[in-house]
Amino acid sequence: MSEKIPVTVLTGYLGAGKTTLLNRILSEDHGHKFAVIVNEFGEIGIDNDLIVGADEEVFEMNNGCICCTVRGDLIRIIEGLMRRKGKFDAIIVETTGLADPAPVAQTFFVDQDVQDQARLDAVVTVADAKWLADRLRDAPEAKNQIAFADVIILNKMDLVTPEELREVEARIRAINPYAKLHKTSRCAVPLDAVLGRNAFDLDRILEIEPAFLEVDDHGHDHGHDHAHHDHGLKHYHDEEMQSFSFLIDGEVDPARFMPWINLIVQREGPSILRSKGILAFKGEDKRFVFQGVHMILDGDLQREWRSDEKRVSKIVFIGRNLKEDDLRSGFMACAAQPAS
Amino acid sequence: MQPEFDDVYDTSLVGSVSQFNAGAQVVAAGFLANKPVLALADGNILLIEPNQRVAAHPDGAILLAHIDDQRVVTGGDDGRVVVTRPDASTLEIGDEKGCWIDALTVRNDGAIAWSAGKHVRARDSKGAVKSHEAPTSVRGLGFLPKGYRLAMSHYNGVSLWFPNTIGAPDVLKWQGSHLDLTISPDGLFCVTSMQENALHGWRISDKKDMRMTGYPGKTRSFSFSHDGQWLATSGADACVVWPFQTKDGPMGKPPRECGVRPHKVSQVAFHPEAPVIAIGYEDGWILLCRLADGAELLVRAGLGEGQELSPRNRPSVSALAWDKGGHKLLFGLETGEAGILTLG
Repeated sequence: MSEKIPVTVLTGYLGAGKTTLLNRILSEDHGHKFAVIVNEFGEIGIDNDLIVGADEEVFEMNNGCICCTVRGDLIRIIEGLMRRKGKFDAIIVETTGLADPAPVAQTFFVDQDVQDQARLDAVVTVADAKWLADRLRDAPEAKNQIAFADVIILNKMDLVTPEELREVEARIRAINPYAKLHKTSRCAVPLDAVLGRNAFDLDRILEIEPAFLEVDDHGHDHGHDHAHHDHGLKHYHDEEMQSFSFLIDGEVDPARFMPWINLIVQREGPSILRSKGILAFKGEDKRFVFQGVHMILDGDLQREWRSDEKRVSKIVFIGRNLKEDDLRSGFMACAAQPAS
Repeated sequence: MQPEFDDVYDTSLVGSVSQFNAGAQVVAAGFLANKPVLALADGNILLIEPNQRVAAHPDGAILLAHIDDQRVVTGGDDGRVVVTRPDASTLEIGDEKGCWIDALTVRNDGAIAWSAGKHVRARDSKGAVKSHEAPTSVRGLGFLPKGYRLAMSHYNGVSLWFPNTIGAPDVLKWQGSHLDLTISPDGLFCVTSMQENALHGWRISDKKDMRMTGYPGKTRSFSFSHDGQWLATSGADACVVWPFQTKDGPMGKPPRECGVRPHKVSQVAFHPEAPVIAIGYEDGWILLCRLADGAELLVRAGLGEGQELSPRNRPSVSALAWDKGGHKLLFGLETGEAGILTLG
């Protein structure tokens, strides 16, 4: 168990149901005590003892890296919340509908004082089943929020037809096939779908397969029958935001891979929203696992490869206008030469 | 075998320390009417002699406090600014409607300034309050010694504001996020700590920049010597002391280091009359260090060998304060542990 306080970031376009989800989390009988950080223009009517207003002050770090932005107000608020240590055991950060999740996430990797006390648990995005497809066309923020998410709550499914739901789900998967997707009405999801995800914990990045097949959470509080509509998902291609995964059916040479991945995130960092990888390094018994947000990378040797696991190396990028061929050829060139 | 600490440090002071538990995280320490006082995170002010708790912020946490001979001024996460007097009476002088008080400073004549987000208020000794809106949230405040003028740190620099005049503040520019702020006693220099583990300074007269870098962590505590010639700072695994003897400040001069230990310095406090620094560390140790020769005296031993710092075990020294004559040193920790050193 980590002793650091877990932080859940709640994003979602205006009106998607963030406040509904927040109130559901807070009102359920779970024994947790939350500190809730809301944006200052946030909706009222949140029932919690410890609510802090934030002003979403995003600033650039002075390290010459233009995409390395952090939330200054969040650093200050977390420092202040430590004065109430013991009065809460988790933090929820609600962002405005127009917010980019990256600065919030990066705050937890860039600021040492924050890192000492708190850890990012997951980015949860609430999406409106009826309007998301439109927003993906006209609002870059909505697309960012989907691309960045670890968990997507596709809400208001009761307001759309099964065909429309399939359509919007396919749109989401075109951007982010890796997030856990929950289809809901009035944000009725089990709490453990949202909290305690450890999405940024290297030890928990177990597999990075696309998550097309999901457990449906609907039907809790209304009785109509939704058939097995996970089948036959259409495959869309989003012109701007894509995800790519590349597989080397074997080991990678760390002496080639490390300089390459560092170069890629330095050069393409502004376009890469999220990256993840599980790699088999030549001559190394342990799996190398990394995850990244824009230019910030966090990686480590993790547990040993099990005897029943195939030593393969796989990486995933989610981003905007990524150069698929460059990424593929660059990664493939990192393959370890077979011992002669 | 690890050496016992009394092999390493002169421990002659440990016997002169009386320790107690304040019951909550210590935010600030000081002497009010010559008597030791702690401001606590649970909203209380602890008057130690005689033992009395004053609920200055009954529903909140104290985020910041300034303690001097006349008054304790506290800013809380209840949005209130409260003055507590030696007779334990309290007076609310500011209410920012639930917005946290982010910065606070006090002037010798009783003027008080605080900020909540971008909003800065200056209250003069007669109680007249003036307001100013900074370009971004203000993290540090400091009055200049001459004239009624307030320095405020924010993103990309510091603004110097005359609360009693109309007109835009003068701006000291430097890119980045500026946190805490201090003004040299002679009023010549303004120094801020930055998000990027560095200090930035300006000679106020010509806005000449001074960069003070090389810290492994953020500086959150600084203290000028009584003669203004030295600035002691936290943020490294030694107390880093910058020379301010000349009109060029520390420009082109290396800092001194004293009290080198394997853990970061969290609090520093220069003795009010002598070139001696009280240094508190994140692992609960406190040393006195003589600047001239670096000699070290142990005041408090914190975590021992093999006891590791962790989010649940951080006995960081969070407050250090000398009394007026420098005969007593009051200290407090994030764990609520506290004590008074009495020099013979």
